[in-house]
Amino acid sequence: MKNCNLNSDVKSCPIIAKHIKVALVGQPNVGKSMLINSVSNAHLHVGNFSGVTVDKTEVLFDYANYHFTVVDLPGTYAFTDYTIEERVTHDYLCAEDYDIIINVVDSTNLEKNLQLTSELLTMSKKVVIALNMSDEAEKEGISINAEYMSELLGVSCIKVSAVTKLGIEELIQSVVKKYEMPQTNAKLVFSEPVEEEIAQIVWYLDKHKYKSANTHRNIAVNLLKNNKKTYAKLHDNPIWTELQPILIEASKHIELHHDSDDIKEAFAEEYNSFNRGVVAEVVKQKTLVQKKTMTEKIDNILIHPIFGIPIFLFFMWSLFQLTFEIGAIPMDYIDAFFGWFGTTIGATIANDDIRSLIVDGIIGGVGAVVLFVPNIIILFVGIALLESTGYMSRVAFLLDGFFHKFGLHGQSFIPLVTGFGCSIPAYMSARILKNDRDRLLTLFIIGFMSCGARLPVYVLFAGAFFSPEMAGNVLFVIYISGALLGIVAAKVLKLTAFKGVDEPFVMEMPKYRLPSVKLIYHTVLTKTMMYLKKAGTFIAGAAMLVWFLSNYPHNLLLETEYATKIEKASSEDEKSKLQNRLSEALLEQSYLGTIGKFSEPIFEPLGFDWKMSVALQTGLAAKEVVVSTLGVLYSLGSDVDEKNDSLMGVISKNISFPSAMAFIVVIMIYLPCLAASVVFTREAGHIKYFFYLFAFTSVIAYVMAFLTYNIASWYV
Amino acid sequence: MKTLKDCKKSCKVKVVKLNAQTDLKQRLISFGIMKEAVVEILEHAPAKSTIEIKVGNMRIALRAQEADLIEVEQI
Repeated sequence: MKNCNLNSDVKSCPIIAKHIKVALVGQPNVGKSMLINSVSNAHLHVGNFSGVTVDKTEVLFDYANYHFTVVDLPGTYAFTDYTIEERVTHDYLCAEDYDIIINVVDSTNLEKNLQLTSELLTMSKKVVIALNMSDEAEKEGISINAEYMSELLGVSCIKVSAVTKLGIEELIQSVVKKYEMPQTNAKLVFSEPVEEEIAQIVWYLDKHKYKSANTHRNIAVNLLKNNKKTYAKLHDNPIWTELQPILIEASKHIELHHDSDDIKEAFAEEYNSFNRGVVAEVVKQKTLVQKKTMTEKIDNILIHPIFGIPIFLFFMWSLFQLTFEIGAIPMDYIDAFFGWFGTTIGATIANDDIRSLIVDGIIGGVGAVVLFVPNIIILFVGIALLESTGYMSRVAFLLDGFFHKFGLHGQSFIPLVTGFGCSIPAYMSARILKNDRDRLLTLFIIGFMSCGARLPVYVLFAGAFFSPEMAGNVLFVIYISGALLGIVAAKVLKLTAFKGVDEPFVMEMPKYRLPSVKLIYHTVLTKTMMYLKKAGTFIAGAAMLVWFLSNYPHNLLLETEYATKIEKASSEDEKSKLQNRLSEALLEQSYLGTIGKFSEPIFEPLGFDWKMSVALQTGLAAKEVVVSTLGVLYSLGSDVDEKNDSLMGVISKNISFPSAMAFIVVIMIYLPCLAASVVFTREAGHIKYFFYLFAFTSVIAYVMAFLTYNIASWYV
Repeated sequence: MKTLKDCKKSCKVKVVKLNAQTDLKQRLISFGIMKEAVVEILEHAPAKSTIEIKVGNMRIALRAQEADLIEVEQI
């Protein structure tokens, strides 16, 4: 807090709001992010599996005269640094500056949650415990005596529910109260033999008047737990020579007492028996008749050894069916709207160039992307459901055996599924993988999971070349074969680039939860708005660039030549034919045409014309640009006065079936987009991995597209 | 010695010893899989490659190789 200004004319101290920095800590999937959301009305991403928050997030809000900064830390089971996200939390708690810890615990599983709590209590920080999900606990017949628990632990424990917003006010009030109070020590008692050893070390430290910010008891516990930092501090102190033998002796005693050669295991058992004691005192569980819980009943079906995987495949198939079927309904309206909008706007602009820029470039390009918003929304709803119900972990369980054969970790499934939405969060969520090799391997194949931005290309081509009844199935096949190809690629990488031992697979299976409509709504809304925002900014810019490159340089010679030809033409029909031939010729000699013609030989074996080649290249910026580029190129250069002038119609007329299939294959495999590439490079840790990824995906894309083109040509 | 891998579906056992390496051991302990803990086998994945167990109130999935590191006894 700032000091008061003591100028003579200022008599009273102005009220300066105090700043409270809160670290929000808890085990994974106890509802930390959800709690912040209900405290501050923020909209952090929430899911039902461990590892949704992979990096710390700050949320600011005001309460009474206090400014709150809440740091939402990734969930951690204990201070073990097992994964990157756990390391983020541990490092933050040990090294950063904050005022108070809110420890969020799951009331329905108190004993397990207290493991982390008891470690937090030995940190000599101010702690408030939020007993979250207390509404759910009550439903399960669990009642917790919060007052008694506060007394036993020596820290305030508040019953809250992030869902029903119960106790939120009280929680904030007790944080403020705790903040204003001096630091008190939590009551954490170990077994008698350990307490004796602690007492001896404390006595020794007291005797030598060892000075430190931590209490001597705390130091003693940390020393016994082999805490490296505490060791380092004391190591340079002269008392170390005498302290060391005492410590060795003490550790031996404790290990003997626990019949273990691992002091950490011994302490875990100590904490556990303390926690069990606390739980026995404060928790009353109604002995329900041993009937199966909802989760068990659902699990009996969903993770059935035989039916589990077919059920999962059915869900995915339904999702893609819905994506196409329902998504197609509003498409005509959106298409008609942009058509009308373009004509109306176009009519008000006198200048030919500007009109073409606005109508063909911007409205055409952006419209082509916005057209697919309904599909995107359905896909995002599907993924949000998968994330928030708890089904995701079940699939990881079902597929681990299969994944493992291909050198992937069962938990890779989570980033991979996220990849169906967007590659960027998928790259980030790969952090839940402990091992760097596993993580890199997963990063390399996330791109094979077709992201939401590629959906427009697929919908466009599936709609153009298949009947509406088949299109949904085609989408499903595209996604599944992309995923399968990714898994095969993983095997190849595992056998060559990322050789090594397998990582253990130990994962929590969360309870099933009914997803809240509000939550799904917010998740989907945020993602859809991001898509639209991208369409309005980045894609619009790219569309303008594509328009410019495809309209310039003007060729006056060509224009005058055709103008005379058109004048001489006898019939209307011939005139319009000549007009089209002129646009085609102009397009071919434009900048974009030059680029396309230049790269055409590379793509010729895949059956692509220069327009498709260009679309693929602009697609490196973002996949939506592929559609908008095709929109601009094919609307400029072809027969637009046909009855069926929608992009789908134009494409099915101008592109052969084998070329289209090869095109889909390339889109499926090659680099996701510029933004994703940046995130990939950051997560992989070195720029060289980006070049590997580029080479890897390009080669596979090319080979697969070549095969597809030739096989498809055979049949047609 | 009998390990968790050998257990059949829906049988309840008590953990006797963890033979895992430090990292994994810590992980198992933080999940509540430690000496004296009671474990119930809930489900096997296809081909028994992965198993689902229940410790306390928590459901955990682990691979057969990891389950093989957990010594148990019948109760």
